[in-house]
Amino acid sequence: MVTKKEHILSLLREVHDPEIPALDIVELGIVRDVRVHGKQIHINITPTYSGCPAMQMIQNDIIGTLNKHGFNDVAITTVYSPAWTTGWLNAEAKQKLKEYGITPPQTVNEAVVTLPGSEMECPFCSSHNTELRCEFSSTACKSLYFCNDCCQPFEHFKEI
Amino acid sequence: MKNGSDHGTKNVLVEFLLRLGDDRLILGHRLSEWCGHAPILEEDIALANIALDLLGQASAILHLAGDVEGKNRTEDDLAYFREATQFKNLQLVEQPNGDFAFTIARLFFFSTFNNLLCDVLQKSSYETLAGIAAKGFKESSYHLRHSKEWMLRLGGGTEESHRRMQNAVNELWRFTGEMLVFDEVETELQRLNTIPDLSTIASQWSGAAAAVLTEATIIIPFRQKDSGQAGNHAVSGSRHGFHSEYLGHLLAEMQILARSYPDAKW
Repeated sequence: MVTKKEHILSLLREVHDPEIPALDIVELGIVRDVRVHGKQIHINITPTYSGCPAMQMIQNDIIGTLNKHGFNDVAITTVYSPAWTTGWLNAEAKQKLKEYGITPPQTVNEAVVTLPGSEMECPFCSSHNTELRCEFSSTACKSLYFCNDCCQPFEHFKEI
Repeated sequence: MKNGSDHGTKNVLVEFLLRLGDDRLILGHRLSEWCGHAPILEEDIALANIALDLLGQASAILHLAGDVEGKNRTEDDLAYFREATQFKNLQLVEQPNGDFAFTIARLFFFSTFNNLLCDVLQKSSYETLAGIAAKGFKESSYHLRHSKEWMLRLGGGTEESHRRMQNAVNELWRFTGEMLVFDEVETELQRLNTIPDLSTIASQWSGAAAAVLTEATIIIPFRQKDSGQAGNHAVSGSRHGFHSEYLGHLLAEMQILARSYPDAKW
């Protein structure tokens, strides 16, 4: 039997990060907790980066999605601890990123922020003849690389 | 103290949070001024992203300051409806951007400080602050690496880039002293075990900054002891609301929309 909490979590998988539509907010690790008290649903979320501009839209989407399924009493709290880490992305989520054209984050060491070297596999042609152009890209969570073989720029979901 | 609501310590905690929040808000605003003007596209994106991280950190910290204060002030109220003398940011972060070398040197000095401070504060017993600091630590590690690489590139680059970087460091040095001085506000929070001991940050900062400046072949300016004597021109007092004239101009631009249309919504 599916509990109400599991049901809510499955509904939240309909909400995607507007900047990385390949992933939903549950597999991205943004949803930290769901508590159900009768008709009231309380959800804790955490930002990927402090300044992530998608957070407001994600909150609106959570409320909109749950309203659509008949849950009208929804409260959302932003929590900061524990700090979001790319270590929460599982193998399936990483594969989805890769198929979407973003190289997935490598394993991170919790104790130290490991900053990756410049060698990264091109998601388009699998070449390793690539170079880091900038540690920041179209969003804070990605860095910008260039493939010297297929001459395509690509993004890397950076470790944090 | 878990929730920061203990009346006797509330003011000192709010004061500390304003210092943290205002540093990040004002530097974030300064960096955002580069948007569309940076020397290369990648750098435009990098500075805008770093600005966004800092604004995000400021937003979370000022939100917390408003909560602790308990006067129903939001992070937006604190950002847009305070006067210059009520801001507690360092003079370092409010200085105009200058050239690219100046912006990078300032970012390097602040990021080194931010990284050390967040590393300590993520062990704070005050959970909400510890969480925000843990994020700040990770984000500032990227800011630090990015600005450090530019320090090396410009310092060891052409004759012109080296000269500009040396000038930037010379000009900025007098603003770095007060960054490393903690007063009764931090001491009181340490005494209450709200925050860990910050006393090692100054020497760690000096060591880290000196190592990079040396590698960048930049001469480290002489730092006179904080003697209060005329002649060393080291700035002080910004933690108590004393600022350069530049902050007023910055705030005029940053606050005009919110003050002209107080109920404006995106």
